[in-house]
Amino acid sequence: MSETAMVRAQDVHKSFGSLEVLKGVDLVVEPGEVCCVLGPSGSGKSTFLRCINHLEKLNAGRIFVDGDLIGYRERGGKLHELKEKEVAEQRRSIGMVFQRFNLFPHMTVLDNVMEAPCRVKRENKGEVRERAAALLDRVGLAAKVDSYPGQLSGGQQQRVAIARALAMRPKLMLFDEPTSALDPELVGEVLDVMKDLARDGMTMVVVTHEIGFAREVGDKLIFMDGGVVVEQGPPREVIANPQQERTKAFLGKVL
Amino acid sequence: MTEQTPTERARPEAIKAVPVRHPGRWITIAVLAVLAAMFVHLVVTNDQFNWRFIFVSIGEGRRGVMFTGPVLAGLRGTILLTVLSMIIGVALGVVIAVMRLSPNPLLSWVAWLYTWVFRAVPRLVLAILFGNLGILWERIGFGLPFDAQIGRLFGITDLNAQFFSIKATDLLSGFVAGMLALGLSEAAYMAEIVRAGIQSVDSGQSEAAAALGLSRGQVLRRIVLPQAMRVIVPPTGNETIAMVKDTSLVAFVPVSTELFFQLQAISSRTFIVLPVLVAACLWYLVLCSVLMVVQFFVERHFGRGYGARTRTRTRTRNAQRRQEVNP
Repeated sequence: MSETAMVRAQDVHKSFGSLEVLKGVDLVVEPGEVCCVLGPSGSGKSTFLRCINHLEKLNAGRIFVDGDLIGYRERGGKLHELKEKEVAEQRRSIGMVFQRFNLFPHMTVLDNVMEAPCRVKRENKGEVRERAAALLDRVGLAAKVDSYPGQLSGGQQQRVAIARALAMRPKLMLFDEPTSALDPELVGEVLDVMKDLARDGMTMVVVTHEIGFAREVGDKLIFMDGGVVVEQGPPREVIANPQQERTKAFLGKVL
Repeated sequence: MTEQTPTERARPEAIKAVPVRHPGRWITIAVLAVLAAMFVHLVVTNDQFNWRFIFVSIGEGRRGVMFTGPVLAGLRGTILLTVLSMIIGVALGVVIAVMRLSPNPLLSWVAWLYTWVFRAVPRLVLAILFGNLGILWERIGFGLPFDAQIGRLFGITDLNAQFFSIKATDLLSGFVAGMLALGLSEAAYMAEIVRAGIQSVDSGQSEAAAALGLSRGQVLRRIVLPQAMRVIVPPTGNETIAMVKDTSLVAFVPVSTELFFQLQAISSRTFIVLPVLVAACLWYLVLCSVLMVVQFFVERHFGRGYGARTRTRTRTRNAQRRQEVNP
């Protein structure tokens, strides 16, 4: 069963210097599932997400995406680091959306979306332009194609960032607190795009503080604290009836 | 809830207040006007300026000192030297800055060493040094390094594994030596400017680009450097303008096709000193003005997407429109 998993993390450890941020995280996300990651700040949830596309190197454990070991090659019982080019290749099929959008400010919205398909996959420019325009239309920004990111609101920027990630046709999307930097009134428009994506069957791992989104859209919820997964299960059950004390305390504060 | 909505309320009378007086400004203007008048009076009435000598003729039916053949040739030399040494400086500076930030400690250390040496040695000393490099080598060529030593190791007395070589004094003729001295020295300063530019770009930018699958080279070329340019261009404009003036140092290499050298030659031939210096000032003013125009357009190009100016303009326009709709 786990051979078909989209994400399979086994006993993931990660330290920054002497500070151990992840102390053995296990997770399985099946294709088409939306997995929401909850937890207090400093619990390691963002770090774990960044490990999935090798923005952070693991210290121990393994992460597989669609059956491929991320960042390494196992040969003769030994791990070999992948070359930069091979890591880049693995990242092509993993989209990521950041808390602070990280759009390229010197490019128009359309160029932001077209950059990776044109430069990385070297696809035909005309086709990419059509696809990018369609994606921007899908996130409701067809009219902003020629704007620069600095001229957009936070919610609009984040929707562009989602379109930019989707332009690479990823099989997995990672969301790192996508609505935390937004004004409250702009959160909804971004969550709507994400719900739409989930309905289309995209596999998603979402680090978020939006309990409502987790309850409504999530297929699985994991609660992290102190670098470990404290509790996991179907979101409605975990939110309505948490088993662990730490989960209860956290949900009690945010709900 | 008795408060009225703004539309129902009568608009208050517009404020017509007596503005604050600024007597200080008027005094300043008066003082500056007197100073300016004194300056104009000096320039117009003092014969020592010899404007005829500067603009019209230096005698014997030849043009004014600013426009005689040798001075124009010197001007061309100065421009060429500025452009070429800045090209070397910027290109090498980018390479050294990237090396300095490389995860490879050896590359980083070499880049640091380069910056250390070339910033420490004064340009004038460097120019003279490069003019005399011919003392070190008789010939400069491209081929197997240490060929003579390797030959001796195997008992061949005259192994020559150079593909081509030319006499050092030919290669390091004045102009090339001057260009190298200025260009290599400039590269050290440019490296620091470029490094500051690269480091000014938010690390989220390269992360986002890496997450999209861009290679490290692509991230640098397509994402980081274009954004760093906003920080790099203004000090580079400074450096270029400084370079126009530093070209006068290569007179010591010696290079004779250079503006100030040619002007000084005229002054020592004719014993007319001040007008020649004024002519030099005027030419350098012209060159720097041109460069400032270029810098304006380069800055505007790399400022796209940030346009504080365009954005405030649209904002005020929107605000005006809102007022028109809702007076």
